[in-house]
Amino acid sequence: MTVTVYVPRDSAALSVGADLVAEAIAAHAAATKQSVRIVRNGSRGMLWLEPLVEVETATGRIAYGPVQAEDVKALFDSGFLHGQPHALCHGKTESIPYFQKQTRLVFARIGVIDPLDTAAYQAHGGLIGLQKALALAPMAIVDEVIASGLRGRGGAGFPAGIKWKTTLGVNDSQKYIACNADEGDSGTFSDRMGIEGDPYALLEGMAIAGIAVGATQGYIYLRSEYPDAKAVLLEAIARARASGWLGSNVLGSGKSFDVHVRIGAGAYICGEETAMLESLEGKRGVVRSKPPLPAISGLWGKPTVVNNVMTLMSVPWILAHGGAAYAAHGIGRSKGTLPFQLAGNIQRGGLVEVPFGCTLNQLIHDFGGGTASGRKVRAVQVGGPLGAYLPASKLDLPLDYETFAQAGGMVGHGGIVVFDDTVDMAEQARYAMEFCKIESCGKCTPCRIGSTRGVEVVDRIRSGDRREESTALLRDLCSTMTHASLCAMGGLTPMPVLSALDHFPEDFRKG
Amino acid sequence: MQPSAHSGLAVAATPAQLAVVDAALARLRDLPGALLPIFHAIQDELGFVPTDSLPRIAEALNLSRAEVHGVLTFYHDFRTSPPAPTVVKLCRAEACQAVGCRSLEAHLHQAHGAAMGSTTHCGALTLEPVYCLGNCALGPSALVDGKLVARLTTQRLDAIVAAAKQKAAAPGGRS
Ligand SMILES: Cc1cc2nc3c(=O)[nH]c(=O)nc-3n(C[C@H](O)[C@H](O)[C@H](O)COP(=O)(O)O)c2cc1C
Ligand code: SF4
Ligand code: FES
Repeated sequence: MTVTVYVPRDSAALSVGADLVAEAIAAHAAATKQSVRIVRNGSRGMLWLEPLVEVETATGRIAYGPVQAEDVKALFDSGFLHGQPHALCHGKTESIPYFQKQTRLVFARIGVIDPLDTAAYQAHGGLIGLQKALALAPMAIVDEVIASGLRGRGGAGFPAGIKWKTTLGVNDSQKYIACNADEGDSGTFSDRMGIEGDPYALLEGMAIAGIAVGATQGYIYLRSEYPDAKAVLLEAIARARASGWLGSNVLGSGKSFDVHVRIGAGAYICGEETAMLESLEGKRGVVRSKPPLPAISGLWGKPTVVNNVMTLMSVPWILAHGGAAYAAHGIGRSKGTLPFQLAGNIQRGGLVEVPFGCTLNQLIHDFGGGTASGRKVRAVQVGGPLGAYLPASKLDLPLDYETFAQAGGMVGHGGIVVFDDTVDMAEQARYAMEFCKIESCGKCTPCRIGSTRGVEVVDRIRSGDRREESTALLRDLCSTMTHASLCAMGGLTPMPVLSALDHFPEDFRKG
Repeated sequence: MQPSAHSGLAVAATPAQLAVVDAALARLRDLPGALLPIFHAIQDELGFVPTDSLPRIAEALNLSRAEVHGVLTFYHDFRTSPPAPTVVKLCRAEACQAVGCRSLEAHLHQAHGAAMGSTTHCGALTLEPVYCLGNCALGPSALVDGKLVARLTTQRLDAIVAAAKQKAAAPGGRS
């Protein structure tokens, strides 16, 4: 009997040797004349266990990890093809607490199927949302998304349905769906895992958006730092076209929608939506002044819905199950689930999809197991390089957009970066200014010049040069950047800087 | 000659390199927003975008030379001079900082002479900064010739430098 063995092809798994493991399993099976079918799935998101090999048994999928090529012989010897025990065995994958305690809506298929297998996609609920959308009037699709309460996952948290409604309301023969797959925030990887692990769901979400607002063309702006995601995406688009899911007759509906990919070129600012549109047009990624809103005048001046990968990947589930079912998860005005990403100095790093409202402590300690170094958690940065640093005493806040904003933080794209007590927070503040200096688009002075001055001033503080005066100057500079920058690059860089200064003043008095 | 976007001298393009440029132009010039795809196609093949190819790119796309040059130099990815045979893009961002990427950067500089944006003393490896590779739970991370590697240590970096030297010495190793 042929045994099915899953070895992830997600790039995090590849980075720790998944290809070698797959080769070793194939070679050992051949040498010992055992019949094995290897499926290259996405990742279950338990990244500290990667490469996480799963074996299909009568009672379910059994997990082994982290597996290295050297372990393969011993796994065969102990009968892993029959789900037998071994030091690396974790029992049923779906009973591992880290996995079991999640609410996987957007990530339901990820790590379960071969991401490029069109039949498996449909067998696991794919295309139902698109089929339903094709039977609805455009405004009814938009109403479903509004009812779900889905907010943009790229950072700003703007209600997706309201944005769609704006574009639907504009009369134009050409409109666009632009998917923001720039995922520039450090500490985040849910877009990458989504694209690599379930690319058809993104294409389905874009097609639903296109049918809702009357757009026939979609563009995905994918960062160049993700070569594996690019390969999966291009293959998925080719297969989706060949299957009639994209193209001039989407699922036989007579409606047209196609998707194109453009690759970024290493500029963080191109994640800002108007800079992204400039870049898609082949120009320098300089931020545009708003208005006009992209929803009204975006790509090549045409009405354009710009949404993050996670926003669009949530849409098929919402159409399939109804907006109300989605809105039943979460708290307050933060509806549904968010795939959080546990990163940095963390014992069990990975992807955790849970409803809004859980706390940082639950994520970092219950899921993450504390730091990888075993030392105390000292600081946590939430929401990317423009997010605040929080001290260990502030980790009991429920994670929802409003509560977090009130506490001076930002949920953003859901990245959580943990630092232990060896971190020098003045160095982190310096880096925040340095990053702004490197990545500023240059359009406005507070950001372009302010960040350069910011690096110098932090350096002066750290070296003890007129410390009081320099600290006051730093606060002044931050205030100017906050209030006078055109976009959040210059406008939010003061968040990590001032939060470091406010919560960890002792680090600015050393030396 | 135009000033270089990358450290190092801009090099005059060979006829073979210009043929690569012309092929990319022929293939991609009609794409909407063609300039970035064209730069990527050229750099994927040559490792850099020769500055003396900019006039013909400008002409093919009906853009000014200043505009083409402005786009090329805006983006961190594009080089205007050839890199070493091995390129390491080491993540400098926060999640990797939390697990020690700063000391890796310092090690490459001290032990191998490669500051960010420059090449090792041996000439075999170019080190470039990158800000997150989406592998933030398994850092420190880097892309080594486009391949993602995780949990880097100074020892593993030394091995990568050693492999780069071998590759550079092997026949066909570009340099
Ligand atoms: C400096 C800066 C960087 C950004 N980077 C990203 C990014 O990498 N990915 C993303 O989806 N949104 C990013 N955004 C947010 C976008 O501008 C925009 O709000 C988002 O793409 C809209 O999609 P959403 O409503 O689905 O979130 C960034 C914003 C700023 C100011
Ligand atoms: S704040 Fe910075 S990145 Fe944003 S528009 Fe101004 S210069 Fe550009
Ligand atoms: S911060 Fe280094 S890979 Fe994300």
